[in-house]
Amino acid sequence: MIASLIERCHATIAGHAEVLTELDRAIGDGDHGINLERGFDVLLAEKDAIAELPWPKALQEAGKVLVSKVGGASGALYGSFLLGMAKAAEEGVDVASQVEAGVAAVRKRGKSDVGAKTMLDVLVPVSEALAEGRAGDLRRIADEAREATGPMKATRGRASFLGERSIGHCDPGATSARLLIHAVLDVIEQGDAR
Amino acid sequence: MSVGVVLVSHSPLIAEGLAQMVRQMAGDIALAFTGGDAGGGLGSDTEKIKTAIEEVWNEDGVAVFVDLGGAEMNTDVAIELLGAERAAKVRIAAAPIVEGAVIGATVAFTGGTLEEVIAEAEAYG
Repeated sequence: MIASLIERCHATIAGHAEVLTELDRAIGDGDHGINLERGFDVLLAEKDAIAELPWPKALQEAGKVLVSKVGGASGALYGSFLLGMAKAAEEGVDVASQVEAGVAAVRKRGKSDVGAKTMLDVLVPVSEALAEGRAGDLRRIADEAREATGPMKATRGRASFLGERSIGHCDPGATSARLLIHAVLDVIEQGDAR
Repeated sequence: MSVGVVLVSHSPLIAEGLAQMVRQMAGDIALAFTGGDAGGGLGSDTEKIKTAIEEVWNEDGVAVFVDLGGAEMNTDVAIELLGAERAAKVRIAAAPIVEGAVIGATVAFTGGTLEEVIAEAEAYG
């Protein structure tokens, strides 16, 4: 399962790197796709070693890779997400609670919350739905939450420098979060137990 | 020893140029700078930032000056990687990088404490 998750997440980031970079060029600094692809390339290269680890350790290793290899705010944020999950997993709580801890780590690292036109606008509602046991709704919620960042005015991150002009573009971080959520669900729904 | 100063920019050129300005004002304080991602492009890199902080770390503490969001977040991570004991003596100034660093370094040069360096940089930066 860990190997499949890495493969699938890598494939979706690599397949959308240009789209993400284009979105980021519109309202950020144009490196989101390139940065994430670099981090996920390293994850893919270390896939076998990570997949051998127990779940909490695998999360921790993957988080460390993203924190150190992505080279932008997105690496610190996605890396912190996995490191937050890892800490919760170590304590033996369920996956929904692990995700909740991951989202809390992103909030803390980014000093932000929902409504600022960031990845949190996707991560928070998805995490909440998961906690409520609405697994079947997650894709739709992620899609809608990502779309909802379009009309928002950015108040956090590089897009906030654009103020009103950030309105009308979906947030690149919310977009990559949506893509990664779909990728993870693809693997889980296939029931791949590798 | 005096408070160490670290400059973290998305751009290697800005980090280097600012270090030059700081040196002119604040002579031989413990100063380190880093700019760009691991490959030397625009960005910020946790490992490079951690190394820069370690270079100037001392008991009086370290003041870090950053430019944009990613540099700040990656500096937060780098500080955590130092371990709790050393991390407790490292602060990020909420000030514009150029003005903040020049003022903060001057305060460090004249023997100011870490709290004074940060406070002056944030007040006048």
